[in-house]
Amino acid sequence: MPSILKPLFLRRSCFCAVLLAYVCLQGVAAEACDATGDTPADMARLHFLVPGGAGGGWDSTARAVGEALRRSGLAARVSYENRSGGGGGVAIAHFIETAGRQQNTVFVGSTALVIRSLGGLLPQDIDELVPIASVVADYGALVVRADSPLQDFAQLSTAVAENPRQNKVAGGSVRGGMDHLVLELAMIAAGHPAGRVPYVAYDAGGQALTSLLSGETQVLSTGVSEVAAASDQGQVRILAITSPERLPELPEVPTLLELGVDAEFANWRGFFGPPGMTEDERKRIACVIETMTRTPEWETQRSRLALTNFVRRGTAFDAFLRDNRRQLDRLMDSVRAGKKAATQ
Amino acid sequence: MAGLEVATRPTNLLLVSAGCFAGTLIGMLPGLGPVSAIALLIPVTYAFDPAGALILLAGVYYGAVFGGSTSAILLNAPGVAGTVATTFDGFPLARSGAAGKALAVAAYASFSGGTLAAVMLLVAAPALATVSLSFQSPEYFALMVLGLIAVTAFAGEGGFAKSTLMAVVGLMLATVGTDRTDGVMRFTFGRLDLLDGISFLLLAMAAFALSEVLLAALNGETRQTTNKLADMGSLKLSRKEVQDVAPAIGRSSLLGFLIGVLPGAGATIASFMSYAFERNLAAPKAQKEFGKGSLRGLAAPESANNAASSGSFVPLLTLGVPGSATTAVMLGALISYGINPGPSLFVDRPDVFWGVIVSMYVGNVVLLILNLPLIPYFARILALPQTFLVPLIVFFCLVGVYLVSFNVFDLYLMIAFGAVAVVLRRFRYPMAPMIVGFTLGGLLETNLRRSMVLYDDSFSFVWERPITLLIMVLTVLIVLLPVLRKRWRRAVTD
Repeated sequence: MPSILKPLFLRRSCFCAVLLAYVCLQGVAAEACDATGDTPADMARLHFLVPGGAGGGWDSTARAVGEALRRSGLAARVSYENRSGGGGGVAIAHFIETAGRQQNTVFVGSTALVIRSLGGLLPQDIDELVPIASVVADYGALVVRADSPLQDFAQLSTAVAENPRQNKVAGGSVRGGMDHLVLELAMIAAGHPAGRVPYVAYDAGGQALTSLLSGETQVLSTGVSEVAAASDQGQVRILAITSPERLPELPEVPTLLELGVDAEFANWRGFFGPPGMTEDERKRIACVIETMTRTPEWETQRSRLALTNFVRRGTAFDAFLRDNRRQLDRLMDSVRAGKKAATQ
Repeated sequence: MAGLEVATRPTNLLLVSAGCFAGTLIGMLPGLGPVSAIALLIPVTYAFDPAGALILLAGVYYGAVFGGSTSAILLNAPGVAGTVATTFDGFPLARSGAAGKALAVAAYASFSGGTLAAVMLLVAAPALATVSLSFQSPEYFALMVLGLIAVTAFAGEGGFAKSTLMAVVGLMLATVGTDRTDGVMRFTFGRLDLLDGISFLLLAMAAFALSEVLLAALNGETRQTTNKLADMGSLKLSRKEVQDVAPAIGRSSLLGFLIGVLPGAGATIASFMSYAFERNLAAPKAQKEFGKGSLRGLAAPESANNAASSGSFVPLLTLGVPGSATTAVMLGALISYGINPGPSLFVDRPDVFWGVIVSMYVGNVVLLILNLPLIPYFARILALPQTFLVPLIVFFCLVGVYLVSFNVFDLYLMIAFGAVAVVLRRFRYPMAPMIVGFTLGGLLETNLRRSMVLYDDSFSFVWERPITLLIMVLTVLIVLLPVLRKRWRRAVTD
């Protein structure tokens, strides 16, 4: 820790000690982050295992977090390892295989890996890893071209359900992948049958946006971060988003919830430890990450990512993951069942 | 004009030179590739203003395309897909002792392609946005079919049947891995290593460079290069050669640029198309030289791939949509600088928009100055005795492939493919159509399947869409024309 920060650190540890005492009395000591004794809020080194290539979503998240940790002095050294392949499967397999010598290594995971695990597309399920903490989330956005006749989500969902031939939906993931599921979620919540969406798969959000702009497709389902720039430029209109509340960057875009459509969905990104990680280790890293998300250095990095803070750790993260998994599992089941019914 | 002022700032001149230098190195060594290089550079660029940062990244990008021709010509080792077509005539030229000349033509062609594209950008970038959006999945599908047919239909060695067969093998190899529409695993045999399919680099190294040296070793070939050492590095072109090559460069730059402007196509397709186009245009006598060391056949793809990589900045800057993996990473970088690329970028941030375009001229001049004096030294690599050159190339292939995936399985796979390629080449099966089929296969399939979904499982898009129909008719003509020409000639002589 740089000497300049020492007074600050001491003050914080005093405060934390008081807080710790209070929390101990409450009997939930294991949940609190404190900067004293055996759980210091900084660490010598942290290694990121990124399941995708340089420049992708997992990679940019890892590098943003690593940079904020280094600049805020919470971690002295950070390093990154890109192990792409099999949609994340290669990195998960490697992490499990070498778990014994992966101290101070965290794996970057996201909703997409839960979806692939549930779909049986990964040789090893992501729930074999130990959840540490989530940091950011992107929310789903339902988008049309600026000159589209569709004005709101109600018109959009009716048009897609009743006239699928003229209203194709683009997304930046495979069929059954995240962008497809988000749209199905919204459609089901709006009272339309599952598994009937005319979904066209593109390799990435940018390609899907191109198809919307060229008029190949009429609706786009993708992450808010993928279309924020295009919406800013007036090329597209975002009709609804899947966040619990409106986003500060898009104050005029309604959430599905406030439109009376019970569909909330967060595409979170977070960190996982190797199987067999001790509870102490897990808490130590989680606390470092949580402390990091309150630094101004992180704010700079986060705004570059154009993502929303989504910090969960400890039992809260465990519970969130369980719910998230259940939601996705149920959704994927009903989409499959709906598709079957449609083809019979 | 704002762009000129931005591009000629000393820091930006330095950045463009640094970018070009780094790009050339990255392009020459198969492995890292421009996408990863640019992604890794992004944190560094936060130190500069957005215009300077993008100028640096763009320099790396077209520098890599420029540098990629060197290993393709000298070692038959195309590190990126955009330089495959360069090997068709570049390597035979180098083998016949004209390595210096081949490298010089490649450098001039790249320079002209890049510069002409920058002029076109400067004149018409905002207007070209509509061109970018004129192609949809059915058109891309038709374009891939045309590219595939155009290259295979004329493959010299082994004749039409063998080259078609190899193109089909390439298409089949492209289906290995996780399918991009449904996420289903195909032909992976339960192996994690095959989930992402076979990497381009691996197959290209096995089919070209590795099989080349293995064949040479098998034949006990001792190249008679020693007596030609002086010619090897000579850059001189005769007046006739210049007259021959110059129009080809002009045509290919224009074609390459237009294909580059389309966000779903890119440098690879541009280079194949311009190669096929030049061959079709050539007189029958000149046509025979294609594939055996034609300067025109080398100049065409080299100017096209550079023009295309500059052209791919049109959708990036005017629409905010990426046209390739490399521009996708750059788009992410731009957004993290707080810049939203799109239709009003050239109004909101003229410094970024015009600065980047003007810096492309500077970059191309830098690349030419950087590369020309080095050619004689690079060319001399081929003068090395076979006993040193063969292990050197094998080492180069193995390291390049390993550094991308860090996976030993890829090395075994490459050696296996290399061995198969040696056998196939002995029986005069051409490798080029296989690689063309492989590189276009994925795009061909996804665009076809997308078109089918868009048209509710019918093929009507082939005749309902004018541009698709036009490209399809052109494809049929390319196949039938030589046959018809032969018939007609026979009818005349009878």
